[in-house]
Amino acid sequence: MSPLPKAAPLPPVLALDGVTKVFPGVRALSEVSLALYPGTVTALVGENGAGKSTVVKILTGIYQPDGGAIRVDGQPATFPTAQAAADAGITAIHQETVLFDELSVAENIYLGHAPRGRFGLIDTAAMHRKAAEILHSIEADIDPATPLRDLGIASKHLVAIARALSIDARVVIMDEPTAALSHKEITELYDLVDKLKQQGKAVLFISHKFDEIFRIADRYTVFRDGQFVGDGAIADVTQSQLVQMMVGRSVDHIFPARAKAPGAEVLRVVGYDHPTEFADIGFSLRRGEILGFYGLIGAGRSEFMQALFGITRPSKGAIRIDDKVRVIRSPADAVANGIVYVPEDRGKQGAITALPIFQNVTLPSLGKTSRSGFLRLAEEFKLARDYTARLDLRAASLDQPVGNLSGGNQQKVVIAKWLATQPKVIILDEPTKGIDIGSKAAVHEFMAELAAQGLAVIMVSSEIPEVLGMSDRVIVMREGRIVAEVSGDQMTPETLVRHAAGIGED
Amino acid sequence: MFKRFLASREAILLGAVLILLALVAIRFPAFIAPANLANVFNDTSPLIILALGQMIVILTKCIDLSIAANLALCGMVVAILNVAHPDLPVIVTLVVATGLGTILGAINGLLVWKLTIPPIVVTLGTMTIYRGTIFLISNGKWVNSHEMSAPFKAFSRQILLGLPVLSWIALAVVATFAVLLTRTTLGRAFYAVGGNPHAAVYAGLNVGRTQFLAFAIAGALAGLTGYLWVSRYAVAYVDIAGGFELDVIAACVIGGIAISGGIGSVGGLVLGALFLGVIKNALPVVNISPFWQLAISGAAIVIAVAFNARSSRTKGRIILKSAEVAA
Amino acid sequence: MTVTDRHIPDRLQSPLQRRLRSWETLLLAVAVAIFTFNAFASPYFLNAWNLSDATFNFTEKAMIAFAMALLIIAGEIDLSVAAIIALASTAMGAAAQFGAPTLLLVLIGLAVGLACGAFNAVLVTVMGLPSIVVTIGTMSLFRGISYIVLGDTAYGGYPKGFKVFGQGYVWWVFSWELVIFVALALAFGVLLHLTNFGRAVYAIGNNATGALFSGIRVQRVKFILFLLTGLMSGVASVCLTSRLGSTRPSIGLGMELEVVTMVVLGGVNILGGSGTIPGVVIAAVVMGLVTFGLGLLNVPGIVMSIVIGLLLIGVIALPRLWAMWRR
Repeated sequence: MSPLPKAAPLPPVLALDGVTKVFPGVRALSEVSLALYPGTVTALVGENGAGKSTVVKILTGIYQPDGGAIRVDGQPATFPTAQAAADAGITAIHQETVLFDELSVAENIYLGHAPRGRFGLIDTAAMHRKAAEILHSIEADIDPATPLRDLGIASKHLVAIARALSIDARVVIMDEPTAALSHKEITELYDLVDKLKQQGKAVLFISHKFDEIFRIADRYTVFRDGQFVGDGAIADVTQSQLVQMMVGRSVDHIFPARAKAPGAEVLRVVGYDHPTEFADIGFSLRRGEILGFYGLIGAGRSEFMQALFGITRPSKGAIRIDDKVRVIRSPADAVANGIVYVPEDRGKQGAITALPIFQNVTLPSLGKTSRSGFLRLAEEFKLARDYTARLDLRAASLDQPVGNLSGGNQQKVVIAKWLATQPKVIILDEPTKGIDIGSKAAVHEFMAELAAQGLAVIMVSSEIPEVLGMSDRVIVMREGRIVAEVSGDQMTPETLVRHAAGIGED
Repeated sequence: MFKRFLASREAILLGAVLILLALVAIRFPAFIAPANLANVFNDTSPLIILALGQMIVILTKCIDLSIAANLALCGMVVAILNVAHPDLPVIVTLVVATGLGTILGAINGLLVWKLTIPPIVVTLGTMTIYRGTIFLISNGKWVNSHEMSAPFKAFSRQILLGLPVLSWIALAVVATFAVLLTRTTLGRAFYAVGGNPHAAVYAGLNVGRTQFLAFAIAGALAGLTGYLWVSRYAVAYVDIAGGFELDVIAACVIGGIAISGGIGSVGGLVLGALFLGVIKNALPVVNISPFWQLAISGAAIVIAVAFNARSSRTKGRIILKSAEVAA
Repeated sequence: MTVTDRHIPDRLQSPLQRRLRSWETLLLAVAVAIFTFNAFASPYFLNAWNLSDATFNFTEKAMIAFAMALLIIAGEIDLSVAAIIALASTAMGAAAQFGAPTLLLVLIGLAVGLACGAFNAVLVTVMGLPSIVVTIGTMSLFRGISYIVLGDTAYGGYPKGFKVFGQGYVWWVFSWELVIFVALALAFGVLLHLTNFGRAVYAIGNNATGALFSGIRVQRVKFILFLLTGLMSGVASVCLTSRLGSTRPSIGLGMELEVVTMVVLGGVNILGGSGTIPGVVIAAVVMGLVTFGLGLLNVPGIVMSIVIGLLLIGVIALPRLWAMWRR
């Protein structure tokens, strides 16, 4: 562990000491260390896939470490269950809201530790009163008796925060707490973090946003690819030093150079509307072009892409492919019209992980490999071999279940599946999320190659370097609408962030 | 608050039951005389008790197909016990029936919890095993009324404050469940585990153990009902309550218990059971062949499922600010 | 990247190797063991005509089990199959009272099966309702209609030619039912294992969302599977009605559970995604042999159901217990 800096006079309440966590095919954490001090906000910084979420799950008793030690007040501790972690005074506000739609707000806050009255029964009145107090303290105007399902996503997040505070915790973990919040709510959250600090609680703050980290954190710890890179006081570090530690190399070098000569228009979307998810989406896309879609999480980018791919249906709007009007009612229609979609959620939507690689690759192309509806395995293996080789897939055999592959190789299988259909437009939704650096570069190179071969690429990404490094043009979405389209010199991190967050427009 | 109630599943069900009663009453006013309504309730009591057990199992995303076979086996065991030891006090009989039922339910629960076998497979298997065991212990013979002791038969039919004991037990179970499900940690855990198993783990709940407890409690209720059933009808044989598990599931579905888990209330469930009970008792009164009953309850299940699904259909994420205001 | 001409082999294990270590091989060994045991236990077992009679124990159920296997692999279930048998049989019986000829009767039986399957299919795939509850509902509905039509009466008087399906022999000891069984086993085996449609069934069962996102028309495939299951129930109804020569509303009661047991015993994952037709064929034979063997030993039918229930849980529990014990 690094020597204690001046800013932290007290010993750590909670520490990870050389902790390792291994999953089939991936080493998620490799001997990482982390120390949290009372009355101190520690920012955990790292790219997607750096191992931040795994750390949260280890600290809250969801995962067990495969090596190393967890220390509470310097003493070794284990958290075999989530309850054990809570008993040790650790509470977390998770990235995904892990709440119960059918229970009331108060019950969600107090599930598992509700105040008891006579006969050991839950004291509903006391529970509602205490829940109201906590909600009031974070200035959330929510009735504790409301069923959770009636709340919007931001309100649910506030309930999750209230739940974390209801446990008299010594350590509060916040995993991307501002992702779904508005500007005003974020300011309120900062006040809340300050309040927790004053109460002497140790706060672990996980965030992508550097302005946020420099606004509220006292210390930082950086992870990269599941390894500890460094830690120290925020006052001693600059933003660019932090970026350098996080990425491990200069950002400009990793993206392939591309000749920019887009061809004819292949896709035009006009006035796509959905009752709740997005409104008035329109743009055009040309052959050989990479069009980036940037926005904060929950800006409606994936929802729109899924409508374009026929998963959901727009209430209004039209598309033209190669200047002909097309109606897409299902993914099968989309594939038939040359539009394919590589989803963000690989395990659930992208691949059928229990089926072998070759069957995944040929699934949408069975019409080509079969004869009058009957399978021809030799043809299937041939097709799978062709396309997986082009993507430099690493696997033991083509008969191996996709689930046994690493995230990056699973992604290659999904992309190979779509390339085998010879599409016109490929939509990549967060194509490098949660995959290792090596595969990331391979996916980027391959994207550039596809564009050079005349395929039109739409790339949804939340990583600014990726968006800027790969795209010819960038469309920024916020709250379900397109707020900006930038290209050329306008494509700077500042412009994207400003449009995505809606700064300077209110 | 009142407005919310009017839009709820319970209010719609209550309306349906009342309309049903009104329709029958137009032609046969005697049907809604208090004494007859008490009869209908008493007749529906076993269904209510069993359906409450099934309800908590379904809340945790499981299903218990063996619930009627459990009832029949416990009923036969206490009937044989009574023949062998006619002087055994009723309280012992109650303990034996409930205890055996708990064990049979716990077997289901253990297989689901420890071996993670899908509940439908487990209870499909135990259903035939429990039912077959009745044959083994009884040699396929009936235990008839004249073989049973008088107190054994009288217990469920004794009138207490104007209602038979069977009805009182049903009311007690309903009250207990109303408290269990709304005011205890275990009760809320049933909802949490079925509503969002993933989040339940984060909240420190043991999903498998909660499911096990649901099965054990359902088994206890099935055992208890087993004795009450045999006592009331004063006969025990292999096929008692044959196919009753379907009525029980029907009561749950009509009562608004979502088969996907995590949704449902005691009030809705009782109304669902009463809806079936009223139909069953009204058919002979309005001169419709009792053979209609099966088809009617089948149609009611289909309509109830369609209705539940329609009211809980997700409409996608709310991203647009305008949509959030409207929602 | 150092190795650019990396070659990934198609397979590491030959399909034959994999097959030798499969569930089906184990099941086949069980079948052979039971066959051998029976041959020694009873002198009447190894007789062509007795064995031929034994096939009637499983042929009708197996016809439905093939379609049900596909449905379960795709992640759905149809519990209304036995009720479809009853409704189809009732329709044929009613037509027979008007002197309908054999061919027309068969067409009616198949058409009713298809119509019932379509009804389930619409509820599940068009309205998006959970198949397990929907088919519990239609199970009561379909059989309920039979009860409304027949009450406690029965239809008889089928034309002479109609007897051939359940009682006739194609050649020597090979009955029509056995031939239909073999033909359907081949047809469904080819459909599931050798066609694009079968591949889609597996994909949907493993991950319906992933299949949808891969451009598979998920709802259409499921619709067809419900139709097929209904149609096969119609075929089974023709055979069963012909064999019994009469129709009561209780015809085939509880058969849906035996069909599901047969499918699960055959190695089909009740949660969907895996299973084979050869497995179901062997499971059908095993169940038939157990029933026949115990019958020869004068063991009553209900005890056989215990054995089947134990078999169902045991075959899933034992490998898991073994894995737990080794850890």
